Amino acid sequence: MARRVSPARICVSTAAAWLVGFAIFFPILWMVLASFKTELEAFSTPPSFLFFHWTLENYATVQQRSDYLQHAFNSVVVAGGSTLIAMLIAIPAAWSMAFAPSKRTKDTLLWMLSTKMMPPVGVLVPIYLLYRTFGLLDTLGGLVLVLCLGNLPIVVWMLFTYFKEIPKDILEAARMDGATVGRELIYVLTPMAVPGIASTLLLNVILAWNEAFWTLNLSSSEAAPLTVFIASYSSPEGLFWARLSAASTLAIAPILVLGWFSQRQLVRGLTFGAVK
Amino acid sequence: MGRITLQGVRKAFGSHTVIHGADLDIADGSFVVFVGPSGCGKTTLLRLIAGLEDVTDGRILIDGSNVVGVAAAKRGLSMVFQSYALYPHMSVRGNIGFGLKMAGVARPEINRKVEAAAATLNLTPYLDRKPRELSGGQRQRVAIGRAIVREPKAFLFDEPLSNLDAALRVQMRLEITTLQKQLATTAIYVTHDQVEAMTMADRIVVLNAGRIEQFGSPLELYDRPDNLFVAGFIGSPRMNFIGKEMAKRYGAPTIGIRPEHLRAARDGEGWQGVVSVAEHLGSDTFLHVDVPEIGRLTARSVGELGLTTGDRVRLSPDPARIHRFDADGRAIRS
Ligand SMILES: Nc1ncnc2c1ncn2[C@@H]1O[C@H](COP(=O)(O)OP(=O)(O)OP(=O)(O)O)[C@@H](O)[C@H]1O
Ligand SMILES: [Mg+2]
Repeated sequence: MARRVSPARICVSTAAAWLVGFAIFFPILWMVLASFKTELEAFSTPPSFLFFHWTLENYATVQQRSDYLQHAFNSVVVAGGSTLIAMLIAIPAAWSMAFAPSKRTKDTLLWMLSTKMMPPVGVLVPIYLLYRTFGLLDTLGGLVLVLCLGNLPIVVWMLFTYFKEIPKDILEAARMDGATVGRELIYVLTPMAVPGIASTLLLNVILAWNEAFWTLNLSSSEAAPLTVFIASYSSPEGLFWARLSAASTLAIAPILVLGWFSQRQLVRGLTFGAVK
Repeated sequence: MGRITLQGVRKAFGSHTVIHGADLDIADGSFVVFVGPSGCGKTTLLRLIAGLEDVTDGRILIDGSNVVGVAAAKRGLSMVFQSYALYPHMSVRGNIGFGLKMAGVARPEINRKVEAAAATLNLTPYLDRKPRELSGGQRQRVAIGRAIVREPKAFLFDEPLSNLDAALRVQMRLEITTLQKQLATTAIYVTHDQVEAMTMADRIVVLNAGRIEQFGSPLELYDRPDNLFVAGFIGSPRMNFIGKEMAKRYGAPTIGIRPEHLRAARDGEGWQGVVSVAEHLGSDTFLHVDVPEIGRLTARSVGELGLTTGDRVRLSPDPARIHRFDADGRAIRS
C-alpha cells in the first residue's frame, strides 16, 4: 500500500534531498571550477563562483610538466590487474566457502577480515624492505601485487555474501536435472550471481584506483599511477591551487565516468539480498 | 523401469546417526510415500536415494545396479523440491527444458516435449514468463513439469504441497496421483501429513527416529499396524490405547481401539463414561469421554447423537477390531 503524502511534504523532502546531494558534491564541483581559473583567481577572497576568466592553461601546464597519459595508463594497469587477479582467486574461494563449508570456514573468513583492521603503516617498513630486496619498488607488478593482496579479503567477503544468498536447492535442482559441476556453474550459478560479481568488480576497481597509501610509498616515477601524479602538485614550489585542481580533475575523471555509467549496477549489487 | 532397493542404508552426520539401517524394495511403477513425524529422517532418506547426500553404509540399487558413488546427475531420477527451486533467471520454458538441454537433446525435440508437458499441466499460457511472475500453484506445476519432461526412472517429491493452501493441496494431490498412474513411473513422496499418505500411496513407509517401522499398503497399516507407533501414527483421530487392568482382560499389556470402532450410545452395554468434549463435524461426531479406571477415550460416530458435555455415555468396542500389543509395543497376532 502506498502511503498518501501531501504535495507540500514532497516538495520539502525533495528540496532537502537536493540540498544534501549538493553539499556532498560541492567540493568536487569547486575543484573542477578551480581548475579553470587562473592561479590568482583561485586564491581570491571573496571567491568567484562562475564569473571569472575561464582558462585551460592549467591543463596545458599539467600535461607539460608531467605525462598524464603515462600515469593514467599505470592506474588502469594497477586497478584492472589487481582486480582481475583478485577475482580469479576470490570466486573459487567464495564458492567453496558458501557451498562446501568446513569447520574452519567461519574462522578463515574472520581472520581474513581481521587483516583489514590492521593499519597498513604497521607493515610499511617490512614490505618496503621486501620490495627493495626483490626489486619490486616502483614496478607495476609490485603495485598490482600489493593492491591485490590488500583488497582480496574484501572481495572474498563480498562474493561470499552474494553466493550465500543463492539457495542451495536451486543448485541441487540443476544437479538432479543432470548438470555436471561445470555446467551447474555456467548455466545456473553464474547467471544468478552476476549482479554480485559485477558490483564486487566495480567496487574493487574503484578502491584500487583511489588507493593512495601503498602507491605513494612504493612507487615514484616509472610505475606511478594517478595518485602519485596528484600528490606531486600538492607540495613543491608552494601551493598552486588551480594546477592541483586540474591534476585532480584529470585523475578522478575516468573513475567518475565509470561510476556514472555503472551506478545502477552498483546500487543493485550493494543492496542485493537486503531487498530481494 | 524404476525399481529402487535399499540394503542396510545407514547415514550419520558426524557422530549423529540419522538413518539406522534401512531396507526397502520399491517396485517399478509404484507410488510410495515416506511418512513420519518431523525430524525422523524422511528428507534425508530421499536425498540419499537422489544422490544429494552420501550414504555412510549400505547399498542403493536402481534397477539392480548399485548407485552408491554415482553422482546425482547420473542417476536418472528427478526431484520436486519443497521450495520448488526453479531457476529464477530462466523462463518457464527454460526451466522445464533445462534437463533435456543438459542431456543434449536437439532443440526442436526439446520444444516439442516442453510444450507437451506444459499442455498436460495447463501451463501453456505461461511458457514465456519468469518464475517470479507465477503463483505458488503455477510454480509447483512448473517444478512438476521439469520433473516429468525428462522421463526419469523415478520421481522424488519432498513435501511438494506444503506451501499451498488447503483447497489447492487437495486438487494438486489428485493431479499428482493421476499423472503418476498415467505415466506409470515409480514415485517416492515425502510428507508428514498422514491424510496425504493414505490417499496417495500404493504403499507407505512409516519412519520414526531414523528407523522404518512398517512398510505396507494404506489399509494394511490401518488394519494391521505392526507396532504401537504405527498404530498411533496412522488414523485420525488417533487410536485409543488402554493399559493396566482392562488390557489384561484381553491378554495383552496394551490394547488399542480406533475411535471409529468404539460404538457410543446413551445406554446399553459397554464402558460407562462422561462426555468431556463433543466435536460436531456434521457428518461425524468426535466424543472425548472420561471413563473411570481407563482414562480419556475418543469415539467417532457417524451423524449426530445429540450428546454434549456432561452427558453419560456407554462405549462398546468392536471385539474384532481390538489391537493387542506386547510389552515391547509389537503387535500380537493371533
Ligand atoms: N546436513 C545435516 N547435518 C546434520 N544433521 C542433519 C543434516 N540434515 C539433517 N540432519 C538431521 O537429521 C535428522 C533428520 O532430518 P530430516 O530433514 O531428514 O527430517 P525430516 O523427516 O525430513 O523432517 P521434516 O518433516 O521436519 O522435514 C534431523 O534430526 C536433522 O537435525
Ligand atoms: Mg523434510
